[in-house]
Amino acid sequence: MAVPKRKKSRSNTRHRRSQWKTAVPTLVACPQCREPKLPHIACSACGTYDRRQVIAPSA
Amino acid sequence: MPQPTKGARLGGSPAHEKLILANLATSLFEHGRIKTTEAKARRLRPLAEKLITKAKRGDLAARRQVLTVVRDKGVVHTLFAEIGPKFADRPGGYTRITKIEPRKGDNAPMAIIELVQEPLVGKVTTRKAEPVAEVAEPAAEVVEAEAPEAAPEVAPEVTEDVAEEAAEVK
Repeated sequence: MAVPKRKKSRSNTRHRRSQWKTAVPTLVACPQCREPKLPHIACSACGTYDRRQVIAPSA
Repeated sequence: MPQPTKGARLGGSPAHEKLILANLATSLFEHGRIKTTEAKARRLRPLAEKLITKAKRGDLAARRQVLTVVRDKGVVHTLFAEIGPKFADRPGGYTRITKIEPRKGDNAPMAIIELVQEPLVGKVTTRKAEPVAEVAEPAAEVVEAEAPEAAPEVAPEVTEDVAEEAAEVK
């Protein structure tokens, strides 16, 4: 089985992991309850989409 | 050259895909609305709408064709007795897909697919209708259809109960 010949240095490891970032999701205000929500997706707080009740509200 | 089916391939084999879609269609007609992944909802929509079109035809041949997909006779009966007549004057677009928050666990994009319950509003334009004869008529009806939607936008702080009533009216 192929195995690494050399130990990976801390520097290399940390340089690689410095590119591992999270991205901020795009959010819009719900027209019904003004909570931030994902665009084109039913609001999880009030459960409406396009002012139509789609799912049960979480609160 | 055959045109590939639009949308994602489901399951592990064509037979599995067929079974998944048949089960989803059965559940949709049984419950009226189902929650599933967005990819499955997008594949289910054309199949379900074709089955409803067959149910609107209502004859024995159509019923046998539907029974090859939906194996449950009780569900096929509700489809032909209730769902088909309900959509008698609706020219297609019997189902609605609404995206909802991604699933906890695997972050899969989820959606709710439902049979449209609201009565048909506005002018129905069929493909065979002559556009020359009816120019003034559709414009007036479109304004009427949009009026209830415009009303809630004026007051953004409407409570949930009021919004639900508005949805029912609409």
